[in-house]
Amino acid sequence: MSAVLASNSIAEYLHSPGLPLLGPISEGTALLAASMFHLALLFHVFAICPAVFIWLERKASGRIQDRLGPTRVGGRFGWLQSLADGIKLVQKEDLCPPAADGLLFRMAPYIVCLSSFAAFVVLPFSDGWVAVSADCGLLILLSVLSLEVFGIILAGYCSGSKWSLFGGMREAAQMVSYEIPLSICALIPVISAGSLNLGEVGRMQGGHVLNWFLFHDPFTFIAFFVYFTVAIASCKRAPFDLAEAESELVGGFHTEYSGMRWSFFFMGEYASMFAVSCVASLLFLGGWHTGLPFVDGFLTGLRDAGRGTEGFSILGYLANVLGAGVFATKASTLVFVQIWVRWTLPRLRIDQVMTTCLKYLLPISCVLFLGATVWPLLLLTTGRTTWLPEPIGERAVSSMTTTAEIEESPSSDMASSNSGAELQ
Amino acid sequence: MNPLFLLFATSTCLGAIAVVISQSVVRMAFWLVVSLGSVAGLFFLADADFVAATQLLIYVGGTLVLLIFGIMLTPSGPALKLKTPPAEIAVAVVIGLLFLLTVFSTISGVDWEQKEIVAADRQPGFDDQSEGQTLRPIGLALLGVRPDKAGASGYLLPFEIVSVHLLAVLIGAAYLARAKQRTRNSNPDAARKSGNAGDPNHGG
Repeated sequence: MSAVLASNSIAEYLHSPGLPLLGPISEGTALLAASMFHLALLFHVFAICPAVFIWLERKASGRIQDRLGPTRVGGRFGWLQSLADGIKLVQKEDLCPPAADGLLFRMAPYIVCLSSFAAFVVLPFSDGWVAVSADCGLLILLSVLSLEVFGIILAGYCSGSKWSLFGGMREAAQMVSYEIPLSICALIPVISAGSLNLGEVGRMQGGHVLNWFLFHDPFTFIAFFVYFTVAIASCKRAPFDLAEAESELVGGFHTEYSGMRWSFFFMGEYASMFAVSCVASLLFLGGWHTGLPFVDGFLTGLRDAGRGTEGFSILGYLANVLGAGVFATKASTLVFVQIWVRWTLPRLRIDQVMTTCLKYLLPISCVLFLGATVWPLLLLTTGRTTWLPEPIGERAVSSMTTTAEIEESPSSDMASSNSGAELQ
Repeated sequence: MNPLFLLFATSTCLGAIAVVISQSVVRMAFWLVVSLGSVAGLFFLADADFVAATQLLIYVGGTLVLLIFGIMLTPSGPALKLKTPPAEIAVAVVIGLLFLLTVFSTISGVDWEQKEIVAADRQPGFDDQSEGQTLRPIGLALLGVRPDKAGASGYLLPFEIVSVHLLAVLIGAAYLARAKQRTRNSNPDAARKSGNAGDPNHGG
């Protein structure tokens, strides 16, 4: 793989003998320092997302309801409102009802936060800007995100309150059901890409807007909208927010929570909104590519120039910053659409939520999955070519042969084995 | 020894002990999640990223379903305590000792010296070569192609058998949860409601 991971280069730099002041550092310490660096960066992303999106939610909901929204805190647009909310929440008393199971009641918000934070670890923000570039990145991300419901069920059950228990149960039924179409829809572009590595999937869609998996075939085009609907439900956002439903159902799983613990749930919710939107823009909307051939070509050229030079290169860094900006813009737009939907559509009943998933979204996603598998074969038989790499059957065989070639010649240098292990 | 390994191994063992000691169903499920999640961490440390992700998805997610059923099928209230009769404790101790014997005999039967040589070939660090990346070989092996071992056959037949088995289980679950056949006297509304009530169980 051409992209050198930041953690690796940081660890190498710290481990190198020529480091000033400190002298040589052992490899384990260097790796630990590098991972701490990543952790700090990701934690900032995780913490800033909710602050920005909660402000956006207040502002957008105000505008949609013909109000102004926050106007005073921090200047003209009230952009410090989230900080003021945070200060207010910190001051509140940390309550734990006597009927609750104290340990699990206090633990549940952290589980929710932790699982949505862990999803950011495998998320590439630009070409090579990823904490852990795992081959099964999407699988790790989906499995980690699905743990969020565990904290919510614990919160609902361990509050010792009937309202919370009902809320937790609604949430369990909803999230466990919606995980299935979510995974199937996320698999549809993966069939076209032939890789679960999110970085590779993003890299494949460069060059032109028609290279985005959204326009790859009719099935991925519909799959994007199905995925987005399911993602809204799996983040328990309106119109599927039966877990919360503050006004109608006396709150849900968080009835007994107050103060910071209550806000941890919402930090987790907004962060996972951003995470599923990031996945949507990586899988369907070209990731960090703008989709304009001249801009993409220019940025790729900058990146390649940066890669050619030794050590840190300002050009490659600049290209990656721009890429990360494009990526964050796409994901934030999707989050804004989620907010827009929330304040536009009325809430469904719980049986309607379940019917939507099991009777409509699940069959639709299965049909799309089948169609996406058959589509390359159809193209193959009619002799037409597509914009993207060859069908999956051929690609598996070709990757097999390239791997076999590497096995035969172990003396080949690392760069060539990397490019052989890559998809094409 | 790797400090992360020590951390995960300790929390695996402590979580497992806490599952046995604690008396509330929900706490047991919580500690089971801690234990199984730490096993997933151990898999990540051993560069088996696919197995680790699968462990998170299947075992930890499976415990979640267990927890839901544990709540739904037992009398509610977090104060509920489980009491184990002495006979059951005796049976459990015997089974546990037998299992320990099996594990011990298996571990002592493996030639660990040879395994360490294979492990030493790996490069340290977190780049693309060193890190697991077991997904593609596993996927190809399940399709019957073994690029890493010349002449070896893959696992296409077991994979297909498991797939058909799971499909049969899915159809069976859908059959059990279907709307019951309406008798002449029953209210059609009631039949529809009972059909809907079974739906959440599909996810398991």
